[in-house]
Amino acid sequence: MNGPGDAGSRVWADAVLAATLCAIDPAGLGGVALRARAGPVRDRWVETLRAHLPEDAPVRTIPLHIADGRLLGGLDLAATLQAGRPVAERGVLSEVHGGIALLAMAERVSEATAARISSALDRGELHVERDGLALHIPARFGVIAFDEGAEPDERPPSSLIDRLAFHIDLERVSMRDLADAAAVTADLVAARAGLPNVRASDAVFEALTATAMALGIASLRAVHFALRAACVSAALAGRTIVAEEDAVIAGRLVFAARATQLPAPPAGPADEQEAPTPSQADEQDGAEQRDPLDRPLDDLVLEAAKAALPAALLAQLAAGQGQSSQGGSGGRAGALKQSRLRGRPAGTRRGEPRGGARLNVVETLRNAAPWQPLRRREQGRSEAAARIDVRPEDFRVTRFKQRAQTTTIFVVDASGSSALHRLAEAKGAVELLLAQSYVRRDQVALIAFRGERAELLLPPTRSLVRAKRSLAGLPGGGGTPLAAGLDAAAALVDGVRRKGETPSVILLTDGRANIARDGKPGRPQAEADAQSAARRFRVAGVAAIVLDTSPRPQPQAEQLAREMGARYLPLPHADANALSVAVRAVVPRRS
Amino acid sequence: MTTTSVSRPAPFPFSAIVGQDEMKLALLIAAVDQSVGGVLVFGDRGTGKSTAVRALAALLPPMRAVAGCPYGCEPDRPAGLCEACRGAGKLKSVQVPVPVVDLPLGATEDRVVGALDLERALAHGVKAFEPGLLARAHRGFLYIDEVNLLEDHLVDLLLDVAASGENVVEREGLSVRHPARFVLVGSGNPEEGELRPQLLDRFGLSLEVRTPGDLKVRVEVVRRRDAYDRDPEAFSARFKAEESKVRRRIVAARERLPSVVVSDAALERAADLCMRLGTDGLRGELTLMRAARALAALDGDAAVSDEHLKRVAPSALRHRLRRDPLDDTGSTTRVERALAEMFAA
Repeated sequence: MNGPGDAGSRVWADAVLAATLCAIDPAGLGGVALRARAGPVRDRWVETLRAHLPEDAPVRTIPLHIADGRLLGGLDLAATLQAGRPVAERGVLSEVHGGIALLAMAERVSEATAARISSALDRGELHVERDGLALHIPARFGVIAFDEGAEPDERPPSSLIDRLAFHIDLERVSMRDLADAAAVTADLVAARAGLPNVRASDAVFEALTATAMALGIASLRAVHFALRAACVSAALAGRTIVAEEDAVIAGRLVFAARATQLPAPPAGPADEQEAPTPSQADEQDGAEQRDPLDRPLDDLVLEAAKAALPAALLAQLAAGQGQSSQGGSGGRAGALKQSRLRGRPAGTRRGEPRGGARLNVVETLRNAAPWQPLRRREQGRSEAAARIDVRPEDFRVTRFKQRAQTTTIFVVDASGSSALHRLAEAKGAVELLLAQSYVRRDQVALIAFRGERAELLLPPTRSLVRAKRSLAGLPGGGGTPLAAGLDAAAALVDGVRRKGETPSVILLTDGRANIARDGKPGRPQAEADAQSAARRFRVAGVAAIVLDTSPRPQPQAEQLAREMGARYLPLPHADANALSVAVRAVVPRRS
Repeated sequence: MTTTSVSRPAPFPFSAIVGQDEMKLALLIAAVDQSVGGVLVFGDRGTGKSTAVRALAALLPPMRAVAGCPYGCEPDRPAGLCEACRGAGKLKSVQVPVPVVDLPLGATEDRVVGALDLERALAHGVKAFEPGLLARAHRGFLYIDEVNLLEDHLVDLLLDVAASGENVVEREGLSVRHPARFVLVGSGNPEEGELRPQLLDRFGLSLEVRTPGDLKVRVEVVRRRDAYDRDPEAFSARFKAEESKVRRRIVAARERLPSVVVSDAALERAADLCMRLGTDGLRGELTLMRAARALAALDGDAAVSDEHLKRVAPSALRHRLRRDPLDDTGSTTRVERALAEMFAA
């Protein structure tokens, strides 16, 4: 029963069910986050979805680097020039009203784009204030976010994911699994018509809410979606009251992928809360009067959700490594910021749209506008002529702030020798520097090394909250694999440079390496490895600082700094200001 | 200007929001006394941050404004009039709703500050100023959802206008200045990025909202949302009496506000608290005092008491604490600790 093929076809069956529910009520369910590479399985899923949508429902693809003008709408240049008055152009989000937007490569979509889509999802309308236009356009649609992330950490912005009811992972589904999936033959038109009349009992409300709590799902949107999914499922079956099986389906499809903790096995979900005595008693009273099916419903939904938990997540949760339940899940603001590389609009200037410069149509027209009567007279044309005379001197191009993004990489020695002395102080120093980085809108990354290896605790991010959290959880103790730490930093430096950003490195260590590259203890080899690793930084010309965390400045750390071509600074005792002044002198300031 | 609108259902009623008392109180305080400054709501996803702000809009009692003035000037305050109204002589006034203006992400600068009216310029060659969102928000609220994702150049612009209370436009050969005093309301999720300290400081009150942890409360939240989604009009009608009660409370508090006594002892308490916490500048003390006064007015009390101070202190001060790199304690805890110390002393 539990063969891999079997699991695959079960996932596929759920995926088809999700597509069906979503096709019945795209706007109400928000849509689907679909983790799958482009390929036949994904194509088949999209076909299934399309087949279930009404024929006239629009389906549009939102490309990754869509400009605001196309996403939200703006001024239609051609039509404006033709008509001699501003003509609005509709954006993709308003074109998909009543249908589905396909978001390609959602794991790389910028927070900014995600926020624009989220806002439309929340309100069911598009509010545009652009290019001299103020528009409120109805925009009720569902989003299919194609998540092609390779790493577990590579996910679409959590703000967007939270607003999509279903999260489906098709990575492990093969073409073979698709064969035996039965096509849904139900009457979708009738389901759509029946949906407004579907009601859920109090027991369903409570069961879904309790299940979400038991699974550590913080956002109430999840409960809302589960309820909606249960209603749609009931409508699909031609019911007007949500039945047990609808709630079970909703739990499986909506909650399973969102779980951040496993419920305590023997206790029912209701016992999960801090259960003050009065409410406990209350609940028992209620339970006796209610339908006898009520209590089992919680468990049924919970069981269904648990059964659908992905195996990897299950293992992670069982080991107690689940993400914190308070909103921490999937938050990966930092790595997505790279799409800002095209810069932020910073006003306009006179110039021609050449060499990649973007013509700012509105500003150009604004500049041409006051001259129109004069130019018409000049050319002897009548006042009524509709054509607008735009001349090269009117051209305005958008200026982007093209500063290189700075990423400060903190490499922290959390080994026993450092920890003994001043890990706490080093953490304090890092926090102070983090605060400064964030004032400057830099990105920060955090690498820690101890024991036998180095670990990237925090990929480049701009979120101080996340940085602080990962820093606070940093344990100390063990050997000093300095070479491994430096290698990890060098790899990250390469990555940062590839993105066209400027890296700088701040290394906090006492310089006393005792674990060699191959993970074996031994001071001489470890030190030699560390020196060679350090030299790479000098060759690469990376701006770096070595902060010596030993109680008294040591020659090892100073030697290391020389090899790195870095500035050497003994960590001043609990003197945050001296530290920040010193660091500011090294970390490149943005213009 | 090209404007379209869709008919929108009644907003979710303010009084139907379950829990989130601190957030509701902060919004009411800002509605009673706009000089308290803006309100910043940071917190978990799906906690009804934007719902609350939009609900407030429907609740505010209407205000008097000069008829036909694009900025909604206050007729009884000659000092704050725009140029057109100042030169107009006798002003006719009308009742208008208090503006609660949304600044959507992706807004362009020309729509925010106002710009040359393209339509009139192209069609008639007339150089006319088309007021932007800042003009519309004058005397009301400017709401920015996902405020931490707002583009930097717009943040700069807002900071400037919020500080001076005046919007100065110099572009496309236009030279326009008009009053723009508004309460800035921002919401966002800290996971998605921080707010620039300069902007943070602009907000009078700041709060952190969380998803309620109690099962019963959560069920009620979901139930009400569902009822509202099914039939917004019927749901709003259910809360009509409650809504007008809140509205009356705001009106009464506004009337009472000038007569609320702030004793020297209360002032000293506020100053003491700010000193204990080492907040930067005087803005903290001022906001704390004004918020406590507005709260006293809302409660129908004649004077500001310690109790009022205690209740508003976390919102008024938590975003003004200096970050202490060696102390990991949350800022709310720090304010509460300082309060406890002070009242124990």
